[in-house]
Amino acid sequence: MLTCKELTELVTDYAEGNLSFVDRLRFRVHIGMCRDCRRYVRQVKATAAALGALPVPELSPDLEQELLRRFDDWKQTRRS
Amino acid sequence: MAEEVVQETWMAVLEGLDGFEERASFKTWLYRILANRARSRAVREGRSVPFSALADAGPEERVDPERFDAAGRWRDPPVGWTDQTPERLALEAETRRVMEVAVAALPATQRAVLVLRDEEGLETDEICNLLGLTVTNQRVLLHRARTRVRQALEAYMRGGRPC
Repeated sequence: MLTCKELTELVTDYAEGNLSFVDRLRFRVHIGMCRDCRRYVRQVKATAAALGALPVPELSPDLEQELLRRFDDWKQTRRS
Repeated sequence: MAEEVVQETWMAVLEGLDGFEERASFKTWLYRILANRARSRAVREGRSVPFSALADAGPEERVDPERFDAAGRWRDPPVGWTDQTPERLALEAETRRVMEVAVAALPATQRAVLVLRDEEGLETDEICNLLGLTVTNQRVLLHRARTRVRQALEAYMRGGRPC
């Protein structure tokens, strides 16, 4: 049987769908019986999802201006 | 250096737009240009990062072994913060900061994999291509990175100093 310690090392492969059928089954049986590991798995999944929901960092105003300026240059060359 | 790479990428994207065919997603195409620019600049400046480098897992890259008993069962189980939805974790200033600090503190390769997978939502094979990693390495790096960020959130929820 999978131990809690082993489970914490498999959690990413579980969440990413990389476990074999048998390992997936062992994993599910364990979290079915173990509240602490269920919580652990939920937290890892929530962490990954929260990273995906982070706001996009803003460009520095200088860099934004520079990119816009280059965009304008690019437009000019295409018109000509 | 990062800003210059962004500028070079921007130019390459503009110049390459006509040649862009929808064989790849726009995002994948963009990242490929960005990764190439970053790599060639790093090589030019002699700061090439060995992306394949996989050091042994550091102490924070797995759950502290002290938290399990001899049989591998939780002795010190995770504290509850699962009532926090991912959206709340991402938008509340404090938890967002905890995550940002934790991500910034990751080793470069772990950070690259985590950002591309979890923040940008790229597929595993795209990430392996971009970073020149084997699938196995990519999995290990992602696992270590997520473990660390979860750990940072847990430390914060426990009332510890955000680390």
